[in-house]
Amino acid sequence: MSAETPDTPGAEARAVVPRERIARELASVPRVPGAPKPDPIIVASDVRRTFGGINAVDVEHLEVQRGAITALIGPNGAGKTTLFNLLTGFDRADAGQWTFEGRPAQGKPAARMAGAGMVRTFQLTKALSRMTVMDNMRLGATGQRGENLFGSLLPWLWRAQEAEVTERARELLERFKLDGKADDFAGSLSGGQRKLLEMARALMTRPTMVMLDEPMAGVNPALTQSLLGHIQALRDEGMTVLFVEHDMHMVRHISDWVVVMAEGRTVAEGPPETIMQDQAVVDAYLGAHHDTDLGDDSLLADDVVEQYEAEAEAEEATQ
Amino acid sequence: MDWTRILTNVAGEAFAPATAAYALAAIGLNVHFGMTGLLNFGQAGFVLLGAYSYAITAIAGWPFWASVLAAIASAVVFGIVLGIPTLKLRGDYLSIVTIAAAEIVRIVSRSTSLTELTGGNSGLSGGDGFKKSFEALCPFPDGTTTVWLWTYPNCTSGSWWLRVAAWAAVAIGCLLVWRWMRSPWGRVLKGVREDEDAVRALGKNVYGYKMQALVLGGVGGAIAGIFYTLPTAVQADSMGRTMTFNIWTILLLGGAATVFGPVLGSVLMWTVFMLVKSVLRDLDLSFISSTQSEAFSWMLVGLTLMLLVIFRPQGILGDKKELAIDVR
Amino acid sequence: MLALVALLALVVHAGPASAATAAPCTPDATTGCVLGTIKTAAGEPAVGVVLTVEGGGESVEVTTGADGTWSVPVTTAGDYTVSIDPATLPEGETLRDPSVTSRTVKVLLNSQSRALFALGEPTGGATTSPTSGASAAPDDGPGPTSGSSTSGGGVTGKRVAQQLANGLVFGLLLALASVGLSLIYGTTGLSSFAHGEQVTLGAILAYFFVQTVGLDLWLAAVLATLLGAASGWLQDAGIWRPLRRKRIGLTQQMIVTIGLSMVLQYLFQFLLGGGRLRIDTTNPTRVSIGPVSLTQQAIVSAGIAVVVLAAVAAFLLYSRTGRATRAVSDNPALAAASGIGVERVIRIVWTGAAGLAALGGVLTGLYFQSTAWNMGGTVLLLMFAAVTLGGLGTAWGALAGSIVIGVVAEMSSLVIPSDMKYAGALLILILVLLVRPQGILGRRDRIG
Repeated sequence: MSAETPDTPGAEARAVVPRERIARELASVPRVPGAPKPDPIIVASDVRRTFGGINAVDVEHLEVQRGAITALIGPNGAGKTTLFNLLTGFDRADAGQWTFEGRPAQGKPAARMAGAGMVRTFQLTKALSRMTVMDNMRLGATGQRGENLFGSLLPWLWRAQEAEVTERARELLERFKLDGKADDFAGSLSGGQRKLLEMARALMTRPTMVMLDEPMAGVNPALTQSLLGHIQALRDEGMTVLFVEHDMHMVRHISDWVVVMAEGRTVAEGPPETIMQDQAVVDAYLGAHHDTDLGDDSLLADDVVEQYEAEAEAEEATQ
Repeated sequence: MDWTRILTNVAGEAFAPATAAYALAAIGLNVHFGMTGLLNFGQAGFVLLGAYSYAITAIAGWPFWASVLAAIASAVVFGIVLGIPTLKLRGDYLSIVTIAAAEIVRIVSRSTSLTELTGGNSGLSGGDGFKKSFEALCPFPDGTTTVWLWTYPNCTSGSWWLRVAAWAAVAIGCLLVWRWMRSPWGRVLKGVREDEDAVRALGKNVYGYKMQALVLGGVGGAIAGIFYTLPTAVQADSMGRTMTFNIWTILLLGGAATVFGPVLGSVLMWTVFMLVKSVLRDLDLSFISSTQSEAFSWMLVGLTLMLLVIFRPQGILGDKKELAIDVR
Repeated sequence: MLALVALLALVVHAGPASAATAAPCTPDATTGCVLGTIKTAAGEPAVGVVLTVEGGGESVEVTTGADGTWSVPVTTAGDYTVSIDPATLPEGETLRDPSVTSRTVKVLLNSQSRALFALGEPTGGATTSPTSGASAAPDDGPGPTSGSSTSGGGVTGKRVAQQLANGLVFGLLLALASVGLSLIYGTTGLSSFAHGEQVTLGAILAYFFVQTVGLDLWLAAVLATLLGAASGWLQDAGIWRPLRRKRIGLTQQMIVTIGLSMVLQYLFQFLLGGGRLRIDTTNPTRVSIGPVSLTQQAIVSAGIAVVVLAAVAAFLLYSRTGRATRAVSDNPALAAASGIGVERVIRIVWTGAAGLAALGGVLTGLYFQSTAWNMGGTVLLLMFAAVTLGGLGTAWGALAGSIVIGVVAEMSSLVIPSDMKYAGALLILILVLLVRPQGILGRRDRIG
């Protein structure tokens, strides 16, 4: 696994997967929904989640290529966040099975998924605002001896590890340009900085796969570029990235592969350069609302509105 | 008005065993609420279980430490039983279930059908022998001792020995909480308090941590139960909802999520309470009887709780930046 | 020593008076005894009379034993007030001086102090003397006043039917208060711990109007309900709306309700004392329906409850405001966006809920045959249990939950001692949460 030390500087010494190679690997993948990948990290089949009789997610088959940046796009209420919650264990599927790194993962609780190397961020950033930035970071480190009820009372058992964790946190904060804020409460950070902090904190768990839920939402343009850079850096260090996004610009810019969802299903897949020409995408997503405000509910069909509500409810339930 | 007597009483209240017991129970609640954000409205249930477990085993002839372990064990079991159905649900479910469960143990332990074991609604008194094992450990000679203004027996009932032991337990409680708050374990709890999903996303078993906190704080309550009843008697009705609400008032007064908040809160609340009550009683107002002055003091407690929560939720020692009551 | 005992929390509960007597108190260096013997006019021991001994920060309830004696140990010297509960006197017995239901005695450590209450024909004149025979059978009706008499005895079909009927009546009365609690939760998200005191308020207002002012019971009930509703309006206007505007969080508001509940509870005690208050001092007439025997009042109360609950249901389903209420419960933001005056709805809900609670209080006070400053505290948990059981925030759920809780409480006394019946009802709550956290009628997504 390339995830051993993905976040330490000097990663170029390790096997770096350049974007071109991923593109080559994915070139032979058929551009149809549910297409098999040469080296999938997630393989999911027949995943279904219903809210009050509406299928918020109904995905027949989905594979996510290891080491690539995959974007999950679709109109509001397409079920992207719900799928995300299912895969990361924050919600329970009504049916379906999926594997993460070859091991069955359906029904596993969120903490176990994170422990297995799949870490996520949230659309509404969950920076722990009454803790300092540094404590936020330290919290991310796994396998801490001091996190045991009794071990915590014996500081000499965990002091050294704590120092190590702090050191690693400091390096990550530097990389995300938050080192000046280490001792501030996370609540004092700007929206974009919180996004960065959440991402940095996620990296503290040394993940193999990073799931980002709308990483660009609410981030000012100045920070967007740096966020994009960070996401690409994750891939360059060997991590797999799956992210949900609205903004097609971002998607085109950094993703290696795009999966389009609509009404709970995956309707199209393909590389970002060609996905926009896919008729299914145009129909389901861009066709109806191209150049219009996707937030305008009156443009959506009734069942989509319902679905959107169901998804919003699901989100509320997990918050 | 006899100010010397009033002030002596009031100051004596500051280090009374029951004040220490309330401080301990509030330290326990601090682990629940201050550190983890758990809304436990049944802390009196833990106190009650601790008191009865201790007293019943002590009457059965168990040595002191074995009885203490029995009290701790009862809190552990109660905590786990409460935690299983509620810790995966939203916070207000825990509050309703804990208050209901505390009421259940109170009703059951005062029931006449258990009179043989619990003494029914009249409880267990010193005459039943639950104080013996503790008083046997007393290092002081028999008799009474006067220290400055205060005269108490050395070893029996509300003794100097009990005061020493109870406040030693409070000190240990503070030390443990201080250690935990500054440890990675306490950091995880704090994270849970802020946003449990975020902590879950980092691979921590949130349910397990909440359970640990619930049980641990409950143990604090159970130990409090021992010291609460040793000076007087074990009486189920004195460990009901009013006690829980007092513990909350104490915690919020002193400051949740602080080490010394519970201690300060308890000392302050009971000395002021005593002061108000004694003064009202001594004023001998024609329109306020002694039971009414008691009721009036409790109204003040309730009012304090309301005003605190609205205007100074962080209490005396707390830092508003570090804790807001609304954590969900 | 005074300091020690003064710390004891005041006894919170007037739970069912139990039949057992405390072990006789023996005075020693740290204990003094308050004691006495109560004998009927004919000189027989009066068994099962409830007395309350208050003082030194303690309040202890005691019941006379088979020989008519009672005793309470105290650990602080001082003045104690002993009150007798006339409602618990044996059938046909009255206090010789009905105006004196409490006496103050001076208690010293290592000694005994007696408090005596003589029974016999009132010397003071026109007190209604209960007509013996009208209800000669021991009253095995529900409620704290007679909790001890139902335990024991096998589970017979007749008892099952009787308890079921009692449970249904109690459930209906409980529903009056819980529906309001549930609507408040639904529209504001607040679990109001002070709702129990709204129930007490209704009961003691009725007591005040009937016993002090001398109004007719019906009129008193209506007035109590209206004043209860007014108190709800006032509460929302004076406390909750300002707190909502201040954006005080819900948990904070919940703790405020706890403080408010303490203030109100002890205010009631301050004003009316700690004893039992009988709204209606006449002896209840019992009516037999098949195997079931209920008091006339219980039947009328249940009837009123059914009518009022039906009216509430109709209001919620068909009136504009009722529909708005449900919309706010469902999604306040959406409701506000679609032009519903959320604040107005909340005000109406608070007013209505407090009125319903007051009515529930009047009827429950009649059903229990007495009320007290802490009655609301007893029913509050049952209301919470009902609301949670039914599914937080749904009015129908609160109704269903109340009936379940009422029936379970009363039926459970068939198999467990009757002084544990409320424990049985609360246990059901915990068990249901284990299998169905959303409650009976709740929606799954509300539990998070």
